[in-house]
Amino acid sequence: MIPAKFDYVRPSSVDEAVRALASGGDDIKVIAGGQSLMPLLRMRLAFPDKLVDIGGLDELRGVRDAGDALQIGALTTHYEVTRDPLIRQHCGLLAQATALIADPAVRHRGTIGGGLAHADPAGDLPAVITALDATLVVRGPSGSREVKPADFFADYLTTSLASGCPSSTAGATGTRSST
Amino acid sequence: MTTIVEHEVGKARTRKEDARLITGQTNWTDNITLPGQAYVAFLRSPYAHARITSVDVSAARQAPGVMAAFSGADFAGEQGSLPCAWPVTEDIVMPDHPPMAVDTVRYAGEIVAAVVARDRYAAADALESIDVSYEPLEPVLDMQAALEPGSPKVHEAGNKSFTWTFANGDLEAAFRDAPVVLERTYRQQRLIPSAMEPRAVVCAPVGDEYTMWSATQIPHVLRVMLAVVTGIPEQNLRVIAPDVGGGFGSKLQVTAEEVLALLLARKLGRPVKWTESRSEGNVAVHHGRDQIQRIRIAASADGQLRGLDVDLLADMGAYLMLVTPGIPLLGAFMYNAIYKMDAYRFNCTGVFTTKTPTDAYRGAGRPEATFAIERIMDDLAAHLGVDPLELRMRNWIRHEEFPYTTIAGLTYDSGNYEAATAQARSLFHYDDLRKEQSERNAAGSPVRLGIGVSTYTEMCGLAPSRILGSLAYGAGGWEHASVRVLPTGKVEVVTGSSAHGQGHETAWSQIVADELGVPFEDVRVLHGDTQVAPKGMDTYGSRSLTVGGTAVVKACGKVREKARVVAAAMLEVSPDDLEWADGRWSVRGDPEQGKTIGEIAFATFAAHNMPEGVEPSLDSDATYDPDNFSFPHGTHLCAAEVDTETGAVKIRSYVAVDDVGVVVNPLIVDGQVHGGIAQGIGQALYEEAAYDSSGNLMTATLADYLIPSAADLPAFTIARTTTPSTGNPLGVKGVGEAGTIASTPAVVNAVVDALRPLGVSDVPMPCTPQRVWQAIQEARSAPGPASGPASGSASGSEGAAR
Repeated sequence: MIPAKFDYVRPSSVDEAVRALASGGDDIKVIAGGQSLMPLLRMRLAFPDKLVDIGGLDELRGVRDAGDALQIGALTTHYEVTRDPLIRQHCGLLAQATALIADPAVRHRGTIGGGLAHADPAGDLPAVITALDATLVVRGPSGSREVKPADFFADYLTTSLASGCPSSTAGATGTRSST
Repeated sequence: MTTIVEHEVGKARTRKEDARLITGQTNWTDNITLPGQAYVAFLRSPYAHARITSVDVSAARQAPGVMAAFSGADFAGEQGSLPCAWPVTEDIVMPDHPPMAVDTVRYAGEIVAAVVARDRYAAADALESIDVSYEPLEPVLDMQAALEPGSPKVHEAGNKSFTWTFANGDLEAAFRDAPVVLERTYRQQRLIPSAMEPRAVVCAPVGDEYTMWSATQIPHVLRVMLAVVTGIPEQNLRVIAPDVGGGFGSKLQVTAEEVLALLLARKLGRPVKWTESRSEGNVAVHHGRDQIQRIRIAASADGQLRGLDVDLLADMGAYLMLVTPGIPLLGAFMYNAIYKMDAYRFNCTGVFTTKTPTDAYRGAGRPEATFAIERIMDDLAAHLGVDPLELRMRNWIRHEEFPYTTIAGLTYDSGNYEAATAQARSLFHYDDLRKEQSERNAAGSPVRLGIGVSTYTEMCGLAPSRILGSLAYGAGGWEHASVRVLPTGKVEVVTGSSAHGQGHETAWSQIVADELGVPFEDVRVLHGDTQVAPKGMDTYGSRSLTVGGTAVVKACGKVREKARVVAAAMLEVSPDDLEWADGRWSVRGDPEQGKTIGEIAFATFAAHNMPEGVEPSLDSDATYDPDNFSFPHGTHLCAAEVDTETGAVKIRSYVAVDDVGVVVNPLIVDGQVHGGIAQGIGQALYEEAAYDSSGNLMTATLADYLIPSAADLPAFTIARTTTPSTGNPLGVKGVGEAGTIASTPAVVNAVVDALRPLGVSDVPMPCTPQRVWQAIQEARSAPGPASGPASGSASGSEGAAR
């Protein structure tokens, strides 16, 4: 239960994070809440050379009313999603789903971006986000693009996030929903 | 002086040990850090079965922080073979079991190399640089296939370890022309014990003497076995079991890691420590259960049992550990349970597979037996259209028939199945629930109600040494105690029962308080260190109170008798004129004239006026070997709601009425019953050690191996009847395993009872939603009677055999 050695950087902006990921080689991983990655590291099932800790990027945190959509930052925790008044009002299904993720400790650490980017078939969020037909906003060195869930989830534990910038600085955007 | 004596035995004392256990003030083995201590990490085989062609540890030896690295070849000649103390038959195949594999690995998780480093991190990193070449061999994963002639062999001598048979009565006659014969096959799935504290061991050499701290249930047995395995003289070994966080049988073992820690400490001449992670423990700690049970029962038309025939296959795993072969035998005497019958036959074959070895797990053979008999009794009741409690009543030993020698040859000293069942029935509101069940069935409700019955007994208080001898067990079943009265009147009790969470310090203090007339607070209980408590047989098989507690009572009796002689001298009367009353020796007819144990102890400390020929000490020892087992029993009733659309099972209510004899501490007993029921429910609904087709354990973490949490369980309704054991002076029977033994069949019986109207006659364990749903679908698509909503009757849906 001891991870192998890795380098660690903690960027202070999304641009910096994107640069760190783009220059980091193949064995680089993003860490946010760490609820999926930490167990993999501890059991030595993952051996990244470097971790990019995006936990300090406040711009990726929180829920905003964007007119005809809700914008949910990738770093918004499951707990915050569950409690957020905008989500409860416009996108209740998501709040109901996050309320059932694991236990309180996990819900306080785990993030919506991480839950989606990990693409665990046993995870709660991929199915919900697909049902809601959300749009995922992905940033990389060549700018940002929008992906629909059906194109985002490629296979078990595999997404269409580009391998050069392998993980999520994804912002999930929930469409307004009457549920 | 008048003392008001209040009995300590029976009081719900909060536990003496809890303050230090729950406030982090104690030392678990992993908390022990010695000067110069190095850390051990083990490399384990990723293959279930392979020949080792080479192990190269040279790179690991060069890794930062590493002091040494070894392969199995480095221990050749000194590592010996891990012991199996229970050769159940004369022709048993008992293969060599090196603590570190040398040329062949036989389960995924077997140790192939070790690294010793300055810290855990360096040790874990260095494991990555060890290069092992394997030549994979075919795994052996299925017990039945393992016995086929063409099967790949786990060991040179073959895949059968032994066949052990017991028979009593004319079985052929019992089955011949029997109006009812049922045959069933049940699968006892493999379980992982999951003690809260993972294993850990620290071993320190001083010259040629060694002290080992280990999270073990058996410091005394371990010391003997370490001496036998390594050749280190026993007097140079000291084993300490500090506070230990649960075992459930998994720490009733002499492990490869313990032996290797000792050898590494000797090789390096410095203290070494090893602590396992949960995922390491899941593959390496011995597993429990894993049997295929074929059971046939013959009965008369009114349900009187005639005969019982049991054929077992028991998975030993890859090797025989300390008591592996004996585990199914502990069940051999329990299949007949509380029932009278004319004939019984038990046959068990132990089979090797390329899986983690199995051994004792809470109940050890008895839960398996109880499950099979209680499941088939429910099926028989359904077959006959009789209420399952009524069927049991027609067959059980009536309370006036005790002592009763069963068809399995044990003599049950006492019991009152009628009383426990009546109380359980009333607390459960049995008749109301049966009515509700009928209504739901009649309405074709999608959520059915099932009522599960389990009227269990078990054998505790392991064990009369002569019986262990007759079963070829390698040791006795006695227990030791010594009682020391200090000059200030306080008492130290040394017990050979090494506690690992049971609360011995509290219960023993209550017993001694009553026996010697001293306050509960004045008693200190010492255990778990072969230097402090040099003699013991340790804790397993619900033996501590019945055997170890009795040893304490006997030692206290000797203290009292010694004190009587001294008190007589102090009071200038004859010892015959004294009586033990209200916790002191006083003059018969003149109770004001008396001496407490404390006063007498001080007199022996000063020793100025000792009577002629009397030694100045009250201290006394006793080694107690029981004459018989004890036989706790009880009636557990479970009401489960089963959603026929999703397969989900919800336990709605659970009533346990146990008869564990006299209760020393009701709080401790309640805790044992609660935990036991939870663990039994775990087997019924959640837990299974699952292997993939190449023999890798797929449930190596607690994310994959599901144990129940408090949130998964209902509030249990717990009550007791008290029929004292006649086999020991305390009247106690033991309670460590009862809940686990009773609850698994109660829960599965409830699940099947709910689904019987749909044509379901069995659901394999664990009864996960998927399996329950699947059983419903299979019953629906099967041709034959009773599919879809049926009447309230539980009968009529039963074929003769599954």
